[in-house]
Amino acid sequence: MPAESVNMSVNIAGVTFKNPVTVASGTFGSGMEYSEYVDLNRLGAVTTKGVANVPWPGNPTPRIAETYGGMINAIGLQNPGLDTFLTRDIPFLKKYDTKIIVNVCGKSKEDYIDAVEKLSEAPVDMLEINISCPNVKEGGIAFGQRAESAMEITSAVKKVSKKPIIMKLSPNVTDITEMAKAVEAGGADAVSLINTLTGMKIDINRRTFAVANKTGGLSGPAIKPVAVRMVYQVANAVNIPIIGMGGIASAEDALEFIMAGATMVAVGTANFNDPMTTIKVIEGIQSFMKKNGIKDIAEITGCVK
Amino acid sequence: MSFRENAKIIKTGCLGIGVYEIWFETSDIAKAAKPGQFISVYSADGSRLLPRPISICAIVDNKLRIVYRTVGAGTKEFSSMKEGESLSIQGPLGNGYDVNATYASKDAIIFGGGIGIPPMLELAKQLNCKKQIVLGYKDELFLNEEFEKYGTVTIATEDGSCGTKGNVLDAVKAHNIKGDVIYACGPMPMLRAIKAYALENNIECYISLEEKMACGIGACLACVCKSKDIDDHSKVHNKRVCKEGPVFNAKEVEI
Repeated sequence: MPAESVNMSVNIAGVTFKNPVTVASGTFGSGMEYSEYVDLNRLGAVTTKGVANVPWPGNPTPRIAETYGGMINAIGLQNPGLDTFLTRDIPFLKKYDTKIIVNVCGKSKEDYIDAVEKLSEAPVDMLEINISCPNVKEGGIAFGQRAESAMEITSAVKKVSKKPIIMKLSPNVTDITEMAKAVEAGGADAVSLINTLTGMKIDINRRTFAVANKTGGLSGPAIKPVAVRMVYQVANAVNIPIIGMGGIASAEDALEFIMAGATMVAVGTANFNDPMTTIKVIEGIQSFMKKNGIKDIAEITGCVK
Repeated sequence: MSFRENAKIIKTGCLGIGVYEIWFETSDIAKAAKPGQFISVYSADGSRLLPRPISICAIVDNKLRIVYRTVGAGTKEFSSMKEGESLSIQGPLGNGYDVNATYASKDAIIFGGGIGIPPMLELAKQLNCKKQIVLGYKDELFLNEEFEKYGTVTIATEDGSCGTKGNVLDAVKAHNIKGDVIYACGPMPMLRAIKAYALENNIECYISLEEKMACGIGACLACVCKSKDIDDHSKVHNKRVCKEGPVFNAKEVEI
């Protein structure tokens, strides 16, 4: 089967992506540094590191620690604020033929609304609302662990947004389907999952926590089975599209998420191990499709029931 | 410009207890490298995802040498590698020392402490000025003889087994060492003391910092240090050790 007969493009909330592969927020900056290694034109989308209405300094160091098959991070959403982001990062990304998903963080409902209003006027394609960062004291995960507040934030940003809204969900909840249903009821156009799992590592030689924040978000291949399970559960609970992530390092990993019900997938921690991972995942999905006579990626999306 | 390569190991060695060297043959990395820059070295074991940032100790044509201490499973894996095998490396990363700056012709004091000594070897080689080289060790010496062809070497050891008993600044006092610009790499207490010494004596000072890293290329914001002023990239008082550093003017960072 010739290459052109394989359709990898997907559509979420009216936005068409050339392929179903993006990056997980926070692992890729705004693509600037990675553009030295990766042709950003080949990505379905670039999902940018979380940005707030004002600059955030983030957490004290050490901010990361390696764990078996993964890592713990507590960066604390350091970001330069929207003004710099809009004048520096967005013009940079606009030079590429890829879609732009902007991850938005906030400490209060007002912060999210402020940022979403400003981003509504920017040339970006979708907004991903981060209500699931485990590493900031206020906001972040506080909104993502109670269905009521998740719904409230969702409808508040939906009210002011001119862009489709993705709500990024935390796995640190009793039942992720409740959270997914809540944001769907709040008007979310899509969900992305999973954010990191709260973890801890002790440095036995220093007799203290490996990251200064004490706890951090666990990511990498170690969390993949949890992520696949949650994507599957959410796919069976809501009718909005899912962007699946959590430990994807290969096309085989990505295909698991797609078959579990994800319309798109994101490569995160694996970018640190190999900056070319996204490209390898895209090419690997394509060859899997060719080999198995799959003409359209939609044929296998959620095929495992 | 930096590169990802599967680099062939052409020589390995053990320089002391837990101190090892690897010489790589590279396609592009060595040619692009400057003293004070580092490379990311990747484990072949899938359970260890993050690269180990290791400073560049020597650059000779297309060859690159690293000297590192084994501290965990990753560096132990590297130390077990043999000539002819390959490791995945990325670099050169970070800013490095500017050997063409106007201050670089001034009389220099080059400080290296412990496993902060290796990057100073290539710097000592490339600096074209009068050089006082002060090396601090806990006890066992390594690389010290190789520094001798580039300047006057003074040793300090914590246990007093060689040179001045004490730290590198004790050696400076004992030998009345003078200079107009300082370059330093070593443990944080040493860098703090050297920064204070440079400020007191009004000497320009460049220090190389270390921090836990994930991406190594400036995207993940794991390896930040505090900056005196609001940084142009981050818009907060943080600079990226892997990108704006690892070499900083001591005055621009809070350590």
